[in-house]
Amino acid sequence: MRTIIFRTIAPYLAALMVLFSIFVLLRGHNEPGGGFIGGLIAASSLAIYGIACGVASVRRAIVFHPMAISGFGLFMGAAAGLLGLFYKQPFMTSQWWPIYLFGVEIKLSTPLIFDIGVYLVVVGAIGSIALALEERESD
Amino acid sequence: MAGSYPSVDVSAAMVTQPVAAGDWLVVAPVLITMIGGALCLMTRKNTDAQPKLGMIFLSLLVFANVGLLARVLDKGVITMVMGGWLPPFGIAFTVDALGATLSLIASIVAFTAGLYGAISVDHTGRRYGFYPFLLLLLTGVSGAFLTGDIFNLYVWFEVLLISSYGLLVLGNDRAQLDGAVKYGILNLVGTNLFLIGTGLIYGVFGTLNMADIAMKVSELGSPATGTLAVIAALYLLAFAMKAAAFPVNFWLPASYHTPNIVVSAVFAGLLTKVGVYSLIRIFMVIMPESREYMADVISLLAIATMLTGAIGALAQTELRRLLGYLVIMGIGSMLAGLAVGTNLAISGAIFYAVHSIIVMTALYMAVGIVALLTGTYSLREAGGIYGANPAFAFVFLILAFAVSGLPPFSGFWPKVMLVDASFQDGRGWLGAAILLSGFLTTIAMGRAWIYAFWRGGPEGTPDGQALALPAAQQGVFSAALWLPLGILTAMVIYFGLQPEWMFELTARGASGVVEPSGYIRSVFGDQ
Repeated sequence: MRTIIFRTIAPYLAALMVLFSIFVLLRGHNEPGGGFIGGLIAASSLAIYGIACGVASVRRAIVFHPMAISGFGLFMGAAAGLLGLFYKQPFMTSQWWPIYLFGVEIKLSTPLIFDIGVYLVVVGAIGSIALALEERESD
Repeated sequence: MAGSYPSVDVSAAMVTQPVAAGDWLVVAPVLITMIGGALCLMTRKNTDAQPKLGMIFLSLLVFANVGLLARVLDKGVITMVMGGWLPPFGIAFTVDALGATLSLIASIVAFTAGLYGAISVDHTGRRYGFYPFLLLLLTGVSGAFLTGDIFNLYVWFEVLLISSYGLLVLGNDRAQLDGAVKYGILNLVGTNLFLIGTGLIYGVFGTLNMADIAMKVSELGSPATGTLAVIAALYLLAFAMKAAAFPVNFWLPASYHTPNIVVSAVFAGLLTKVGVYSLIRIFMVIMPESREYMADVISLLAIATMLTGAIGALAQTELRRLLGYLVIMGIGSMLAGLAVGTNLAISGAIFYAVHSIIVMTALYMAVGIVALLTGTYSLREAGGIYGANPAFAFVFLILAFAVSGLPPFSGFWPKVMLVDASFQDGRGWLGAAILLSGFLTTIAMGRAWIYAFWRGGPEGTPDGQALALPAAQQGVFSAALWLPLGILTAMVIYFGLQPEWMFELTARGASGVVEPSGYIRSVFGDQ
């Protein structure tokens, strides 16, 4: 797949997809979207970049091993549920800290942390599988 | 929703009382293993730190489970609902004496497996994620023991299955992949049947909370007709597959001898017992009438499972396969308790589960040491251990006695209870099968001990001669392997000599499921 058109467009496409995946992740609280679907989009951007420019450059670009990213996501998801302990509430009870920025209400909350955790788990797990499959092909 | 709720009465749908920090012990085993697994996964390239990190979380898990059991014994059944949503809408974790006991024993066994794995799993295995998978396996196992929601039980089964696939193929060789495929496909079929049954339950009752279903199940009429019979049959088949009961037991001997020995030890100890636990939970708490209706079928399954297990063990010359059949034999004994279903029988089944978790793990560990000393798992080639290491030979003999159900070790008491309960219930054949399978197991284990330990060397070594064991292997049997084996053997001896504490614990566990009103009251309060 080393055609010049694909190789030229892939980095931009991948960057755009990561950006879009974050948009989908953040809008997911009240509208369609969320961590899982966002993570899938981000993982496919890694896959596209890998097909165009080689798996080694993807691994350099994301710095951490995909499974480590996945592990961090799992940690975030579990930790998000823990905060209820300090408010004498059951596990996984959501906590809200709304902030006002330029007159817009932004709802920071534990569901958001949990969703980012899901996002990272999906990016890590699916990305890890995709990169492993692409590596075999180029051997 | 910013901080304060709009002016509706949320107390109808949500927990508004402050939750005591002690109640968090209910979710602690799941949380500790999940966070520990995540941290181990992130640092898995640092293979020197893996065992230390893993052992920290495994010991935390044991402490949390001790605390949980103490709290359950003190306060009775504890429920915590996730996110504060009241049942039946919120997912409930409901812990009674049965769940807390099994969760504690499972965590102790996992702790010893972590110690053993620090020696027997090499750096490659650690990089492939032995400790993350072990911790996440425990997430699934503890979650299954503690949850009070039937769909959630399915989720924990998935968690433990996925982790077990990872552990099974830790070395990536051909035999392991072959074993993993058989294990994986059979378990997927079982899981799907479980999911279909759960879908039916939700369609019929509109709820997934176990206590809620237990209250509604009698409205559906006779257990012999219609949907209820289908659900009960699906669950029985699904969990019989998980537990490796006859006739869906063939995946176990086909896969348990392939992975690293410590992985086999954990699997043999924990996985099948989760299936048995689910059978007890579902057929005693949720569908007691269906259990009575199917008691004869379960009794036949139990007899067939015990005898195939014991006879299969007699036929094996490979030590790990032999133990695989003994796991199946034990499952049959626990099913016998379920078939009878009285207080005494369920106590016996719980005691047997505790005993089997400990003794099967210990036996696999011991067999791993046999392979270290002689370089083989085959009874034809092994030999001469008694001469080389009499203390180890003695420990193996203790475990062999225990698994056969001979006094004065931990296997004796549950068998007494099960046989007694079977005869009281008029199921003489069931009691006879328990005794016969114990007798056959004694022969199988005696044969293993005579060949691998007493005989001077490989097959054909004349009596009275002892061949020296390969010197290279002598040093490998380090003191660190004694520690996990010693902890488990000490428990086997302790439960054999001082069973009163276990009697009390299992009696509480059994009365909690035979008469589940306490369980239901814990979820829905006094109504």
